[in-house]
Order: sequence, then C-alpha cells, then structure tokens
Amino acid sequence: MSTATTDLKATAVSRRSDGSGTAPALELRRVVKRFGKTEIIRGVDLAVQAGENVAVIGPNGAGKSTLFNLISGRFGVSSGEILLHGEKLNGLTPYEINRKGLARSFQVSNLFTRLSVFENLRCAVLWSKGYKYSFWNFLADARDANDRATEVMEMIRLHKRKDVLAMNLTYAEQRALEIGITIAGGADVILLDEPTAGMSRSETSRFVELIRAITTGKTLLTVEHDMGVVFGLATKIAVLVYGEVIAFDTPEKVRADERVKEAYLGSMLADQQAARAGH
Amino acid sequence: MANTKTAAPGAQVYSFKPINVGRWFIWGGYAILMLAAPQIWTSSLSLTMLSQIGIAIIGCLAFNMLLGQGGMLSFGHAVYSGLGSYFAIHAVNLATAGTVAIPISLVPLIAGIFGALFAVLLGYVTTKKAGTPFAMITLGVGELVAAMALMFPLFFGGEGGITGNRVVGEPFFGISYGPGIQLYYLIAIYTIICTALMYAFTRTPLGRMLNAVRDNPERVEFIGYNTQYVRYFAFIASGFFMGISGGLAALNFEIVTSEVVSAVRSGAYLLFTFLGGAIFFFGPIIGAILLVLSLVLLSELTQAWLLYLGLVFTFMVMFAPGGISSLIMMNLRVASFGKLRPLMGSYLALAGTAATALLGASVMIEMVYHLQLNEALGPNMKFLGATLNTQGFDSWFGACMVLGVGIVLFEISRRLFVKEWGSVQEDIEKEIKRRGASL
Amino acid sequence: MDLSFFLISLLNGLSSGLLLFMLASGLTLIFSMMGVLNFAHASFYMLGAYVAYTVTQFVGFWWGLLLAPPIVGLMGALFEKYALRRVHKFGHVPELLITFGLSYLILEVVQLVWGRQALNFLPPESLRGPLFTIVDLPQSLSFSWGTPPDVCRSVQGAICTQFPAFRAFGMAVAGLMLVAVWLLLTRTRIGMVIQAALTHPEAVEALGHNVPRVLMGVFGGGTALAALAGVIGGALRVTEPSMAFAVGAVVFAVIVIGGMGSLAGAFVASVALGVIESFAVGSDVAFMDLMGVVGMTVTPETLGYSLWSVKMSQVAAMLPYLFLVLILIFRPKGLFGTREG
Repeated sequence: MSTATTDLKATAVSRRSDGSGTAPALELRRVVKRFGKTEIIRGVDLAVQAGENVAVIGPNGAGKSTLFNLISGRFGVSSGEILLHGEKLNGLTPYEINRKGLARSFQVSNLFTRLSVFENLRCAVLWSKGYKYSFWNFLADARDANDRATEVMEMIRLHKRKDVLAMNLTYAEQRALEIGITIAGGADVILLDEPTAGMSRSETSRFVELIRAITTGKTLLTVEHDMGVVFGLATKIAVLVYGEVIAFDTPEKVRADERVKEAYLGSMLADQQAARAGH
Repeated sequence: MANTKTAAPGAQVYSFKPINVGRWFIWGGYAILMLAAPQIWTSSLSLTMLSQIGIAIIGCLAFNMLLGQGGMLSFGHAVYSGLGSYFAIHAVNLATAGTVAIPISLVPLIAGIFGALFAVLLGYVTTKKAGTPFAMITLGVGELVAAMALMFPLFFGGEGGITGNRVVGEPFFGISYGPGIQLYYLIAIYTIICTALMYAFTRTPLGRMLNAVRDNPERVEFIGYNTQYVRYFAFIASGFFMGISGGLAALNFEIVTSEVVSAVRSGAYLLFTFLGGAIFFFGPIIGAILLVLSLVLLSELTQAWLLYLGLVFTFMVMFAPGGISSLIMMNLRVASFGKLRPLMGSYLALAGTAATALLGASVMIEMVYHLQLNEALGPNMKFLGATLNTQGFDSWFGACMVLGVGIVLFEISRRLFVKEWGSVQEDIEKEIKRRGASL
Repeated sequence: MDLSFFLISLLNGLSSGLLLFMLASGLTLIFSMMGVLNFAHASFYMLGAYVAYTVTQFVGFWWGLLLAPPIVGLMGALFEKYALRRVHKFGHVPELLITFGLSYLILEVVQLVWGRQALNFLPPESLRGPLFTIVDLPQSLSFSWGTPPDVCRSVQGAICTQFPAFRAFGMAVAGLMLVAVWLLLTRTRIGMVIQAALTHPEAVEALGHNVPRVLMGVFGGGTALAALAGVIGGALRVTEPSMAFAVGAVVFAVIVIGGMGSLAGAFVASVALGVIESFAVGSDVAFMDLMGVVGMTVTPETLGYSLWSVKMSQVAAMLPYLFLVLILIFRPKGLFGTREG
C-alpha cells in the first residue's frame, strides 16, 4: 500500500500514546532561505506535534508563504533542516514529499481548470491509492479512488456540483475544492495557505467549520490573517516576523505576549476593532 | 463568437455531455462506416483517399494525445511516424528477401514498437521542458533526424528513399495485400482498434493525469505525481501510435523518402489536428479527413490551396481555437436547448458574406497565379465558368469591390451574430439554473 | 590546417554568426517582453529581403536597406495589434500557433507576389568586390586590401582567398545594430519603460504608460530587426522562398542553446554555432580520421563504415541540433538561461 496510509497508521499510534517521546510530525531546525542576497527566512525553529493545529500569523512579507514553499518542497532551503516524522525532507521534490504524507493548499486556487469537481478530487487520490502511471486500468473501475473522491466531495459539500468544471465554480466553491484536493490523498500533515482569503464574513465562518470537520485527527498548519479564524481554529499560534518565529504558544499566551503585541498583534487587533466599530 | 467566451475557449461547452446511451451506437457506427466505406465510394481515387484517411486518423489522434490532452505542442512529431515508416519498409524488404519471416499484417505493429522506442530515446530529453521550450526542442530534434536522413543512405535511402513490395510470399487465405482494397481493410482494422485504444487511454489514470498536467502542471507535483514522467510516458504512447500510422503509410505507398520525417509533414499534423479541434476526442478525426481532402483534392483545384489553408488556420486560432469539433459541439448544445433556429438567419448571413469576400479574394489570387505561371496561355482566365481578363482593369476592380463589400458585410453580420449568440448563451444559462433549481 | 583556411573560416563564421545573432536578438527581445515565441520571425527575415529587393529595383540598394526594416516592422506591429493581441488571452500555445499560421501565410503571400523562383538580389555595386585578400604563398602569409594582387596568378602554389566586402559590411551592420539596441534599452526613457514592462507590466501600466502600445512597438521593432538581417542575408546569400525555413530552425536552436530570454546567451550561441559550422563545412575530416588519432584504423570492411566515413562537412547542417540535444541533456537551462517560458 502507499506510504501515506502507513504514515497515517504511525501517527495514529503516536497520538494514542499521547505523543510524548515520538518525533514531532513536522520540525524545522534553523531553517534559512536566501533569495540572492536577501534573507527571507532567517533561522526558524519550529516543532509541531502530531494532531496539533497551528496557525502561522505575521505581517505581510514576514515569509509565511515562503515557509510553506520550503516545507512542501517548492523551494529548497539555503541551510537548516526540515523533518517530517523525523525524516529529512531536504532536497526532495514536491511529489516525493507529498508521497510521504504532506499536502498543501495554495493561497490562489490552483485547480485543474478543465476537469470537473469530481475529476479534480479523483486525480488527487490516484497516487495514494497506488494507481501511479497506470494505463492498463480504467478509471471507472477504480472503485476505491472513486469512493474516496465522492467521500471528499460530500465533505466539502460540492456533491451537487459534481460535473461542473473547476473554472466555472464560484470563488468560495473553488476554495473548497482547493482544500478538497489537498486532503483527498489522505496526507496526515496538511498545510493551508490562507484558506479563507477573499471570503466574506459569513462564508469564512462556514468555511472554518468545514476545515475543522475535514481535518480532524490531522496535523494542521494554517497561514491566516483573519484573527477570528486564528483564535477559533488553532491550538497553537506561531508568530512569524521578518523571517523569524518570535513566539510559538497557545493562543492565550500569544495574545498576552508583549513582543507579539509590539510587533504585530496589538496594532492588528486595534485595526480590526476599529473597522468593526465603524460599521 | 469568441467575445462571449470567459476564461478559455468554449468554456461553457465542456459541461455539455452528449447522450451516453449512444456510446455503443457511435462506436459501432464508426466501425461499420470504416468497413463499408469502399462500398459507398467505389472509385479508385476514393479508395486511395480512404486508405490515407485511415492512416491520417491514427496519426492525428496520436498527435492530439500530446496537444489536446497534454497541452504539449510538438513541431517535430513526424519523426516518430517517419521512423516507423522506415523500419516498416525495411521489415517488408527483409520479409521479401526471406531473411526474417514477418507477416505483413504485423508490420505496422513493428513500426509502432520502433516509434515507441525512439520516443523513449528522444522523449526523455524532449520532455525535460514544457510549453514553448518543449515546442522548440521538438523542432530541433525533428531537424536533427531530418538532417540525419540525408546522411545515412544505407538506412534512409538518400534522395530516392527506400522502396518495397508489400506482396510477400504466398497469399494467406487469399490475402496478398496486392489489391488496394485488401490493404484498405487492414488499415481500417488498425484504425478502428487504434482509435479505441487511444480513447481507452483517456479513461485511464495516466490519461487523466495527463489532462491534469495540461491544466496545472505545478499542482500535479503537489498531489504526488512527477510531471515529467507523466509527459514522458504519454510521449511514448503517442510515439507508438505514430509509428503504427507510419508503418501503414509505408505499406500503402510502398516507398519511403526523407519527406516522411520533414518539418513540413510535422506542420501538417499540427495544422489539421488543430483545425479539426484538439479539445474533443473526435476533433483529430475530422482533421485527418480534411488533411487528405486538402492534400488530394484541394491541391488540384487551386495553386493557392496552402494560402487558403493558412488563412483558415489563422482565423481559427483567433476566433475558434477549439477547432471545427468545438463549433459542432457548441451548436449541438444550442440545438439541445432548442435555440438553434433563431441563429440560422445569422449563420446564413455569415456564410453568405464570407463567401462573397472569399469570392473576391480568390478571384484576385487566381488572377495573380495566372499572370505568374500561365503567361503562355494568354491573359484570359476561366474562373467558375466566367472568363476574366487578368490584365484588364475591370476584373481587378470588380474583384476588389467584391472583396471589400464582402469584408464589410461580413464584419457587420459577425457583430450581429456575436450579439445573438451572447443572448442565446444567456438564455441557456438561465434554463440550466432553472432546471438545477427544480431538482 | 593552413592559416589562411583558419582565418577565412573564422571570419566567415563570425559573419554568419552575427547574422544569426541579428535574428536571434529580435526573437529574444520579443520573447522576453511578451512571452511569445514568434514562430514567424524568420518569415519577417524573408520579407525584409523581398521588400528590399523590390525597393532596390526602383531606387537602389541603399534605399532598400533603409526602407525595408520600417516597412516590415510596420507589418509586424499591425499583426500584433489585430491578430496576436486577440489570441493573448488564450495562453501561450495559441500564441505560438498563430505565429505558426502567420509563417505559412507569409510564405504563401511571398510566393504569390514574387513567385517561387530565386530572385537576383545582389549587393550594391560599391560593395561587390573583396574587402581584402589573404595571400597564402609557400613561404609567407600576408593580406592585401582590395582585389587579389598579381602574385596570386603568377606564383605557383599560391592560395588566395578573398573576403567579400559585403560580408564585412554585414558584420558592421550587425555590430551597429547591437550597439543601437543596447543604447536604446539602457539610455532612453522608452528603453527604461520596456525593461520595466519586462517584469512588471501591471505596475508600468499603472504608472500611465500604454503597455499595449509598448508591446506593439517591441514586436514591430523585433520584426524590423529581422527584416534588417534579411536585407543583408538576402543579398549575401540567396533570396528565395525557402530562405525563411533554412535559417528559422537554426535560430530556434540558437535561442534554446543560449538560454531562452538571454541576449548574451543568444550572442554566444550564434557566434559559436556560426564559427563551428564554418569550420565544419570546409573540413574534410571524417570520424574515422579521429579514430586514426587514437590508433585505430577503419577500413571499408569495418562495421558501420558508412557511419565512420561521414565527413564533418556533411554533418555541418546537423550540428546546431546536435548541440541542442546535448545542451538539454547536460544543461537544460541553456548557456545563460533565465526565463523558463
């Protein structure tokens, strides 16, 4: 069977034994990323335990998307190590990393535009079900892949739009499909890059419910700007400022942290309160 | 028509699925038509054309595996069918000499295997890049092979090419492949089987991931697939079918010259596959039919056939990038909603004005060719039954006027059509919503 | 190898390399600016030669040289405005396809208007002779300006090779063009705008510049450069309908080898290919001679003799594509590659 499901089993075991003594699901050690002469990520240390739900926040330009790109293999690190369940990811290609059980979504929906909702999800499932580059099976007979795709489709509540092409979906539907593709393969470490970007308030709260439902039992890392989402969804918050993690703790502790308030949180909260008062 | 499209050509169309009930009907009909065709069109010219059509169908469908399904534009794909042809003709000659006992029926299969082999060899390097660099690499590789063809006369036969005789040994159950009709049935069987196989490919994991690579090559990597491998394997599959097409061509013409690997032939595959339509599976079939009709009939009709072809192609890219098949499907969709009749008037206007403009243009083009090439025949030229004085002012002025009037009227009717098409599409959208709401 | 052969091959190679670069540079500029690879670039090259020929028939070569590039550039700009722009929203593949269609059209129109025979497009009177002659006498090597000196006819075993003045003129034009384009891009305001629009078209548009018009200008400029190369190339070589294809394929190989989007790469690749091909064409060395260097002898009985006996001169035509494949295996980015395309 595929590596993704074996990893799922491994993390399930470690979670049952309350996670102590096993490797973190995702660990970053002294990760540095330079583009030319500019250092974007300047030494990040982070350890995310299995099952944790971490929100990564920080001002624009702090390097949050770059961090995700490093973890998922889109870019290579300049120095430092990234470990998934204790295994080094340095130098691996995105697909190799994905096969080890890590999946990510994109801030700008990155869908298969001319395929239907169902096809999009099914493609996301194929490798994890072991079909690889097969041209000797028919997709129609791939019951496990089809069932999983249908399951995910219902989870993200797009089953009524099964045959609609991805490019003809509404924005919120596309964001839902984006997440669907990310989790369909059964990865147990999920990275979501600004999942609620561009959504209205009501759409956001519905979406957060969706995310919570479909990522139960998984290790989740989310980049978010909406503080309401962050405080509602996360078990821990990592604050990234100028390429460094200045705080990594529970929401209450982070909210109280002076450095965070100074660097980021305070002004943001104030802005948001002012904006809400203005309505 | 293009103005009403949103993100990509024919965006609204792909959600339209023709009735699936008819699937067996369509395939059965296709097979029956292919097998019965020589009985319907009985002249020997028809037989030649039908044979070539079968060969072209396999070639264009194989080409579209890359273009339409994979988003890969290849300018040098004739290499694989051409090399298949060469290996086929050598296989035939080996069989004739008695060196190796190869049944003629299997020669195209051997050609296919060699086509795939070269795709394995050359494809790895070719698929390292995508998009525009990929296209340039295929051009370069194509030129490399075409240049080699003149360098190694032992295999490629130099200027004269290699000839062979497909009648080998004793007839097998009366089949010697001497008569064209026998070869046609071999071609037809290969065409039907290859079409089915290539269609089946689109319904496999590799086929679907190829589509995913076309739509979003980057995202594919993040769902566990190596994009280059997907392209590479599809390239090999395409090479296999190109080889079969080349093998059948070698049997058909019994001569293979370096033209079979030329850039001109690669360009022809591209042009006609695109013309037929890369988006729908049956588009290249239409393209293949047009290819043979143009090469055999149109080229006899006028000197300027390549010019007309170039014009049609360019306008297609600008206004209907989905090709003829997408135009058919769009109109079928409109018809299924019962909205085709109101458009008929606009279509007639478009056709009439386009024909007028075409008339003016072709009169002038033919007159120029007449002046250039047929000077010895005097200044008068016959065109569609009328006699025109190519050196007289009236003919030129008249043709110019007709062309000008045609263009102006065409533009007017085109704008009217676009408006009507837009409103029809809106009505259809409303209808879809209404039907969706009542579910 | 004698020195005169070396010198002449080098000069000829530089000359054809620079001509190739004139074409490759226009193509690279268009590609860098607009992301579209102009498949019809060599067709504009051909148009340049044909238009110059016609103008030359009426008012002489110099007017042809002066007028052909702007005329063809205008055609290019009009194509960009009315056809290419329309296709831009469909993606890169349709853009490539429409320029492909254009190449067919230009070829057919050229054949329609000027016929299928080769045209007698000659350099101007003033530039027809040799610029200098390399005089290779048994004892000495010298060169003299102008026509071959009498010593060429009188001395036994003298090898005199002429270097045509028009070739040198072509190299000068290429050099001037390079300098002019560089100055335009780096020193003028419009050049700054072009450079900025290269990477940040929306920002440039927000600043008030008419980016579509800039793009139209760049396309027209690139095709004008191609036409300029065509005037030289057409007069230097032969002016016929197949000239577009003959040079087009090599130019595309050049830009992939040099790295798509890199002018420096295009320059190095053009000159290198020009020089290598020049040496290869004049060389009678075959693979089996190289084997002889290693100590192996190849006879007609050796397996694959037809392969070993292939001469460099026969392979010359294929070399650009061979290098293309090699570069892709060992350095897929190209020599100085930046943009992936």
